[in-house]
Amino acid sequence: MPKDSGIGASTKRVEDQRFLTGKGRYTSDINLVNQTHAVFLRSDVAHGRIKSIDTTAAAAMPGVLAIFTGEDFAEVGGNPAGWAITSRDGEPMKEPKRPVLAHGKVRHVGDAYAAVIAETVEQACDAADAIVAEIEELPAVVDMSAALAGGPFVHDEIETNQCFDWGWIEDNRAATDAAIKNAPHVTTLELINNRLVPNAIETRASTADYDPGTGEYTLYTTSQNPHLTRLLISAFVMGIAENKLRVVSPDVGGGFGSKIYHYGEEALVLAASKKLCRPVKWTATRSESFLTDAHGRDHVTKIELACEKDGTFIAFRTDTMANVGAYLSNFSTATPTFLHGTLMAGNYTVPHVYVNVKTVFTNTAPVDAYRGAGRPEATFSLERVIDKCAHELGLDAMEMRRKNFIKPEQFPYVSAAGLEYDTGNYDALVDKLNELADFKGFEARRRLSEADGKLRGLGINTYIEACGLAPSNLTGVLGSRVGYYDAATVRVNATGNLSVMVGAQSTGQGHETAFAQVVSEMLGIDQSSIDIVHGDTAKIPFGMGSYGSRSIAVCGPAVVRATEKIINKATKIAAHMLETAEADIEFKDGQFSVAGTDKSVSFGEVAFKAYVPQNYPVEDLEPGLEETAFYDPGNFTYPAGAYACEVEVDPETGKVTVENFTAVDDFGNVVNPMIVTGQVHGGIGQGIGQALLENCSYDDNGQLLSASYMDYAMPRASDLPFYTVDHSCNTPCTHNPLGVKGCGEAGAIGSPPTIVNAVINALHSAGHTHVTHIDMPVSPARVWAAINAQ
Amino acid sequence: MKISMTVNGEAVSGEVEGRTLLVDFLRNDLKMTGTHIGCDTSQCGACTVHVNGMSVKSCSILAAEADGAYVATIEGQANEDGSLNVIQQAFQDHHGLQCGFCTPGMVMAATELLKHNKKPTVAEIRHHLDGNICRCTGYHNIVKSIMAASGQDVSSIAAE
Repeated sequence: MPKDSGIGASTKRVEDQRFLTGKGRYTSDINLVNQTHAVFLRSDVAHGRIKSIDTTAAAAMPGVLAIFTGEDFAEVGGNPAGWAITSRDGEPMKEPKRPVLAHGKVRHVGDAYAAVIAETVEQACDAADAIVAEIEELPAVVDMSAALAGGPFVHDEIETNQCFDWGWIEDNRAATDAAIKNAPHVTTLELINNRLVPNAIETRASTADYDPGTGEYTLYTTSQNPHLTRLLISAFVMGIAENKLRVVSPDVGGGFGSKIYHYGEEALVLAASKKLCRPVKWTATRSESFLTDAHGRDHVTKIELACEKDGTFIAFRTDTMANVGAYLSNFSTATPTFLHGTLMAGNYTVPHVYVNVKTVFTNTAPVDAYRGAGRPEATFSLERVIDKCAHELGLDAMEMRRKNFIKPEQFPYVSAAGLEYDTGNYDALVDKLNELADFKGFEARRRLSEADGKLRGLGINTYIEACGLAPSNLTGVLGSRVGYYDAATVRVNATGNLSVMVGAQSTGQGHETAFAQVVSEMLGIDQSSIDIVHGDTAKIPFGMGSYGSRSIAVCGPAVVRATEKIINKATKIAAHMLETAEADIEFKDGQFSVAGTDKSVSFGEVAFKAYVPQNYPVEDLEPGLEETAFYDPGNFTYPAGAYACEVEVDPETGKVTVENFTAVDDFGNVVNPMIVTGQVHGGIGQGIGQALLENCSYDDNGQLLSASYMDYAMPRASDLPFYTVDHSCNTPCTHNPLGVKGCGEAGAIGSPPTIVNAVINALHSAGHTHVTHIDMPVSPARVWAAINAQ
Repeated sequence: MKISMTVNGEAVSGEVEGRTLLVDFLRNDLKMTGTHIGCDTSQCGACTVHVNGMSVKSCSILAAEADGAYVATIEGQANEDGSLNVIQQAFQDHHGLQCGFCTPGMVMAATELLKHNKKPTVAEIRHHLDGNICRCTGYHNIVKSIMAASGQDVSSIAAE
């Protein structure tokens, strides 16, 4: 019988009531009294020297209040990268300043070099049009190979365009090279992980409000991570005292990584608000989102798989070029390294792994973590080369994977890429997939497709990922400049209801429902009496936000720990009320009882006593019932999965249609199955988008060719099928108190190789065995060209 | 210029520039922020409202063009007692939304579909939603919600 509340129940989401009635409160819905509006001027060349910016005419136009250029921020700090990476030769990474507004040079199309503040958006736009900037266009570099070969320099002081040349694990390098040299079989595959635009449907927006009376700033902004934004602005960019800056993220309309980071627009509106002593609001247009949100992926990779003739893996060796764009975004150095290289052993007992990543500056928008962040890139490389290898050796692709799986009895298992996986059962996932995806019936379905003139392909894939970004001890060793824990405060109010303040920030994952389920289960309190408070640094403890599937995996345990402290203290109060020893108190279903008697007090009575402490042992027990916990886990968590899909390829046009899609994931314990399944659906949708449709395309001059929904193929309802999603093969995580692993990125990690493997399989079924790979997006043009390339 | 219209049954009026879009009039002048803006090119559908009973992307018409019109927005969709209507309730029951930003447009689009097609097929629903982009749900539960709102059995469409 399914539960209807608490952990494991598919509780309906409480936030839906406001979202469905138009009462959501997103950043741009907030309007402050006396508010002004900011509009940015953005470079229309990819690389240029700013010779002059004439604002005279614009400044005199109706409604114009202020104009800012890079000169105004020349003395403030830059927005830093969050992780310092060291090259193989011991050199620190090259870290150019990322200014609030471009100063001296512009370095990508969309790079902001001025901003106008006016009474209305329209007036600001009109004035922006009247600013005359003389920007001398310089040769741009877009291609990573050209950049490394000594193309134009994105930053004058970095005469290699290389941020770092990183090896993982450097001590494995020689052994991996030798193993590949001596292996009976080596499969080599060169592939591209296509650049994507995150495209949260809510664009970024920021409103700043400076209070000259107190010297305090409030910044309303679309953030996955309000405390980090405050920290970066305070410690690095603006120097505003941290206790004078409040960052508020109200409802956030999707993030997918792009709203983790601090952006220059946030600093600009803060500075403008102080100058004008009025609120300043900016809302990005969709075009600005395409040009300036941190993009995702963008790797060019060569991967080699060495194995025995029977398919036993010996080594993986990867050489990747990773584009960081023109500036280092906050996670840009962590994504291609520690979120990518460390996963390069996959689910396998391969003895040797070596990864080299060269990270490159180009005249393109900054690239950073996008849903999955490094793990999709790792999984795509691994699972594509394994399929190619199986084909070369004439082996069954799934059986080859099974042969090399880490087996359940081998956990905890330290992979050749240096991570310690705690639990998993990859064979069980594949068994379940076999059943749900009906592999046995595939040949019959293929014949039906063929009768219809279509080629049907079956694609499979397994994955493992490391998520729940933490722990600080490990991330610190790897170069992180911040800690990775999370925090929660549980406040029991005098009347017995609860406010739970969490460091995690929802961008649509249903935190107000799922966190309340955890507390409800632990306290035996009805969920409707529990409010989740998030998204406001003035209200919440210092948490590290939501990304890397860390909400329930890192903040969830913080909630558990704080609630445990509540129970401990409430037990002491109950013991006092019941005039018995603390050890005799039992707590169950919201009641504190004296063991073996019928004496009890309710949770609500204890809460009231805590706040009305008359006849109270204040010498031994503090009044009040509020507790905070910071939780820093011992390890990442390791979700895993096995995916399958069938596609139909029209050989006449090259069009690929996804006929069905099955995902079997191991997320450990699941708090709300409905929400978790929805997260997988969304991830698969984005993964299929990457595989078949989406591509962020620059021309050789650095002009963004896909800068709107007219040009960037977003998946629509008719592009996607229903998905079969299962999470019945869970192996609980062993190192957090909830046993959870994290589910937000799984679909985006597991689906791209599944789709591409299916397309290659379909082409092989018609004898097009010369096609061993097609780069994403696997568009009709590319498929048609591949078929007809012989 | 001065314009007047009926929004969710209430007579409203305002002073707008010729270039003011209907969505900006709703959001900025009437402070009805339930209708969202997701793009510049009338592709995403987050701003879908009904004008004289027809689905319209309110970023694609001028406020002045809606002078005298009957406009319906997400704020006017709930039942009179404030409870969710059948379509809204189906979206909640079947988890047809995550971040909620595209949701008003999805609900308005679904409302028009079901007005003209009481029992749409899955293919018809997917086709009808071609003007509305969702980045969170992979559309699975949106399509399922609309099927359920039309009274069709959705028990065979993947479990939650």
